[in-house]
Amino acid sequence: MNCICGHAQESYAKYFDPLYSILSNYSKDESSLIPVLQDAQDHYGYLPLDVLKEIAGYLGLSLGKVYGVVTFYSQFHLQPRGRNVIRVCTGTACHVRGGAEVLKAIENELGIKSGGTTDDLEFTLETVACIGACGLAPVIMVNDDTHGRLAPETVAMVLNAYRTKGEEVSRATSHVSH
Amino acid sequence: MSKITITIDNQQIQVENGITVLEAAREAGIEIPTLCYHPDLSLAGSCRVCMVEDINSHRLLASCVTPVTDGMQISTRSAAARRARKLNVELLLANHPNDCLGCGRSGSCELQKLAADMGIDRKGVDRFAGQKRKRAVVDQGYSLKRDPNKCILCGRCVRVCEEVQGVMALDFAGRGFDAIVTTAFDLPYSEINCAECGQCSVVCPVGAITEISEIDRVWAALDDPDKFVVVQTAPSIQVSIGEEFGLEPGTIVTGKLIAALKRLGFDKVFSTEFSADLTILEEGYEFINKITNSQKLPHITSCCPGWVKFAECNYPDLLDYLSTAKSPQQMFSTIVKTYYARQIGVDPASIFTVSVMPCTAKKFEKARAEHRDSGFQDTDAVLTTRELARMIKELGLDFINLEDAEYDQIMGEVSGAATIFGTTGGVTEAALRTVKEVLAGEGLDRLDLGLMGTREAQVEIAGRTYNVAVVSGLSNAAKLLDEIRAGESKYDWIEVMACPHGCIGGGGQPIPGSFDTKARRAKGLANIDQAKQIRKSHQNPDVIRLYEEFLGEPLGSISHELLHTSYQARDVR
Repeated sequence: MNCICGHAQESYAKYFDPLYSILSNYSKDESSLIPVLQDAQDHYGYLPLDVLKEIAGYLGLSLGKVYGVVTFYSQFHLQPRGRNVIRVCTGTACHVRGGAEVLKAIENELGIKSGGTTDDLEFTLETVACIGACGLAPVIMVNDDTHGRLAPETVAMVLNAYRTKGEEVSRATSHVSH
Repeated sequence: MSKITITIDNQQIQVENGITVLEAAREAGIEIPTLCYHPDLSLAGSCRVCMVEDINSHRLLASCVTPVTDGMQISTRSAAARRARKLNVELLLANHPNDCLGCGRSGSCELQKLAADMGIDRKGVDRFAGQKRKRAVVDQGYSLKRDPNKCILCGRCVRVCEEVQGVMALDFAGRGFDAIVTTAFDLPYSEINCAECGQCSVVCPVGAITEISEIDRVWAALDDPDKFVVVQTAPSIQVSIGEEFGLEPGTIVTGKLIAALKRLGFDKVFSTEFSADLTILEEGYEFINKITNSQKLPHITSCCPGWVKFAECNYPDLLDYLSTAKSPQQMFSTIVKTYYARQIGVDPASIFTVSVMPCTAKKFEKARAEHRDSGFQDTDAVLTTRELARMIKELGLDFINLEDAEYDQIMGEVSGAATIFGTTGGVTEAALRTVKEVLAGEGLDRLDLGLMGTREAQVEIAGRTYNVAVVSGLSNAAKLLDEIRAGESKYDWIEVMACPHGCIGGGGQPIPGSFDTKARRAKGLANIDQAKQIRKSHQNPDVIRLYEEFLGEPLGSISHELLHTSYQARDVR
């Protein structure tokens, strides 16, 4: 179905131009696939079907092959991701110190389950096995920031700092920085 | 290559350096069970069913991927090797549905056979029973069905699709317990670059990839008293279906095949060879036209629907080179619902056309929007060789002892040229027999180009030499197409068959189909051709009459309307 706005051509270019400039940095073969996917995901936030088709075409690979690689590595995402990615540690130390309650509190606060993304694309919630900050258990990461010694009650405050308009993370709300 | 000495099961043998332990064992007449191994594909070593013991190190080795070394001592029958093989099969059964009775591959399943051969009992089957995959069966589209729950991840389908066909429609996705073989985004085959050739279904050792069965639809038509059911069988079926009933590959069972179809209740039984003759006339004259009017060459055949879809997906810029002549299947059905219906006084609306094909792509072809020139869907149902065998078995017919029957009239005559359509190179030979006779008034010597990959010949017709190429297997075809794209092709005529060795190696043929099996099927077809009185398509009296009474002349206006088609560029990868 073609768009009827009359600007299809421009929107198409606007959407794909960044991808083409990424591709122009790489050789047209299989060995470029993973770095191209990483750069494309950095730009688009995830890997949409149309982007993967272009990548497959440029590298001379089938879409099936590209899909196989994308689904193998957990770093690649086929669904849109939140602007902020929350990683809740479920390792042993965090578990013992109430990590599960923290996770539940975040799920309640955002209305999504682990693995989900909020409808406003503000947050994606994931669990991880250990982030190596056991002394601060229970601990979560939001993007590259670590927040330790959390309690279910303090979760909302941490998250609020990341919502749009809360771009600048106040270190005050961050119990610990790494 | 130098020779080295190894010992397998106390038997000292001299083998070529560089071969694998499995190959060495087989040379010595020692059989080792395998599963992910396939002689036509690269080595994977993923299933670990072919384990043997290295006596010197006591290490267990996967024999299919282990190269021989000088002085190596191997036991294929030590307790450790036997235990490892059995254990690995039991592990494969851990998440397999193990519902053999409800599986279409029961009886031809390699996993089932391995379990039986190894004496794996109920306890062994349940030994590691754990979580099972619970994924939806993928059966959208027309040709192929995938049941990810039955897949054992041997990767044969992935390898055949990439290495033999160069399509790469299938690949592993996900990982660990969630790993499956699938298409990009789980899209149906009809919406991706898949050629629907069905080679994946032929190499699949289990029931994970099978044709989408149309048996029920065909029975329903046969049961319907208001339907006039006409069946056509492709040239190669008569030399392959016997295998389903224990006969040697290549055994000619034409008469029994016809008898069986009549017993199944088909109102009229014909051979697609009739319309293969028709295809030769249309396509032969098309080629004559191109060369006499100096139109752009090469002329590329289009009777193989897997090849056509491959071209539409991957070489949309070259579609103008393809013959516009319909495939024999489609010509036949169109003629049945027009000329034939009129001749026998049957309302074409009540005719149900079935074709028995060595092919899964034919199921896709019949559903193409282009194929409604008779005013109806031209072909109503397509059965593979395997599906027809299942119907015959369902009735319990003693196939081997059926009394031979003959094709119905008035389209029952077929030429030897049409018979060899079923093998790679056959279409070319058939067409050039007619082209040469029309242009030069002389016969063509046998081309006999063999079965492997890409072959070429120079054919002299009326003082000019034509470069002819015959290719089977889509990755081989792709090389010739790349040449055309680059403006470097020297060929005037190219025949492409998607499946290795042509329709005798088709995706709908009996399983398994090794190269030896296919070569014997090809020999069967060549023998039929040799024995035929009429060996040139333009001498088929029924075809001559069809032109006189109905079509007029090859490439005439009725032919143009009913027997030619068009192609569509498909924007998929």
